[in-house]
Amino acid sequence: MNIPQDLHYTKDHEWIRYEGDIAVVGITDFAQGELGDIVYVDVNTVGSEVKAGDVFGTVEAVKTTSDLFMPVDGEVLEVNESLNSNPEQVNNDPYGNGWIVKIRPTGGGKENLIDAAAYGALVGA
Amino acid sequence: MSLKRAALFDTHQKLGAKIVTFAGYEMPLRYTSDIEEHQTVRKGVGVFDVSHMGEFVLTGPHALDLIQYVTTNDAASLYDGKVQYSCLPNGKGGIVDDLLVYRINKESYMLVVNASNIDKDWAWISSYNKWGVQMENISDDVSLFAVQGPQAAAALQSLTSVDLHNMEYYTFKRTKFAGVDNIIISATGYTGSGGFEIYVPNSHALHVWRHIFEAGKTYDIKPVGLAARDTLRLEMGFCLYGNDIDDTTSPIEAGLSWITKFNKDFIDKPLLEKQKNEGTARKLVGFQMLERGIPRAHYTLHNQAGEIVGEVTSGTQSPSLGVGIGLGYVQTSYSKAGTTVFVAVRDKKIPAQIVKLPFYKKG
Repeated sequence: MNIPQDLHYTKDHEWIRYEGDIAVVGITDFAQGELGDIVYVDVNTVGSEVKAGDVFGTVEAVKTTSDLFMPVDGEVLEVNESLNSNPEQVNNDPYGNGWIVKIRPTGGGKENLIDAAAYGALVGA
Repeated sequence: MSLKRAALFDTHQKLGAKIVTFAGYEMPLRYTSDIEEHQTVRKGVGVFDVSHMGEFVLTGPHALDLIQYVTTNDAASLYDGKVQYSCLPNGKGGIVDDLLVYRINKESYMLVVNASNIDKDWAWISSYNKWGVQMENISDDVSLFAVQGPQAAAALQSLTSVDLHNMEYYTFKRTKFAGVDNIIISATGYTGSGGFEIYVPNSHALHVWRHIFEAGKTYDIKPVGLAARDTLRLEMGFCLYGNDIDDTTSPIEAGLSWITKFNKDFIDKPLLEKQKNEGTARKLVGFQMLERGIPRAHYTLHNQAGEIVGEVTSGTQSPSLGVGIGLGYVQTSYSKAGTTVFVAVRDKKIPAQIVKLPFYKKG
């Protein structure tokens, strides 16, 4: 199972990567494996501020549906439009082309993030 | 509660299966991808381990009397080697379980029931056994492999002298298979793509599994998990007990009139006959999403005015059709093919159209 060292994680199986003022958010390799084939991703919060732990969207797999939780407080800036035609990128490349949203963190809610080692322990890797 | 494992649990783990607990059994959910495994069965041949299913053998001069009384279909129409889909009414117009009835000979039958209902079915059927029919629960001794898909007959033919290409649908043979005697080869399945279900004693399960994969190698045979089994059956509109039928749904509402025969006496006959003649207030229907969205069990169904007119019982994204499909109960006035209903998916109401089953038509 792939758990990159340089990312931060939530206990709800999202990852976040800081890139200057903004951050990229997706779901982990473990999460995509649990969900199975992803059919599409629904994000209806672009332009909104969402608190850490609140739902910012939903991922629909063939078998199941799962909410997406904001890792930290922030404004949702952009959704990965390429997932509309290629949702399988979330399965094949969850930390790269399968990213889900870009956000502008507003500073709060970071205390619940965990590092790669802690996330690995959580999922039994 | 202790979990039961298929005899081939270790084999599935080595194949990389994601294992889930289903009805108290640890079973393979998927090996690689739900969509790929689904297409393997639609286009080639795949193998499911469905050993969690239950098997009862009923024997004696009155075995048929007991079966006739507890099931809805007419088991008297069976002949040796013939299989029938049926259900067990629960005395209140609901369904205890759906099942297959195999006639081995006129005094011996095998009933194949859902894993989650083995204990309940056993107790239920036993409670009506006033004829002293000998009942044996062989569920823990039998493995069951469903080899399904258009290439199933070709893939398995080298393992048996039975002409698999010409076996009639819903018939079975007890014969030598992969060198093992007394294996049941049944031309049945839950996928709509044809194929066979192979009943094997646990002691020979690994041997038979290996031979199936060896024989099917040139047909690119692959293991398939329970996730794909669900999408395959749903594309055909086949009911799943616990979702689409249960103790609160009647076989008539569920569209199972075709297995409810009133030429014999059975539990709930008067009630079900009345429903058949007078109609029911709700019906199980298939519907297809008209816009992007995936229906899931327990989502509500609405009319144009927003009123609740039904509830989803099963739903998925159809891998064959590329759209959301579902089964659900609706008020009968909304059950006609072509009717538009709205599925409440989170904060949206997404239009869907009632369609005739199956969703997936061959070719």
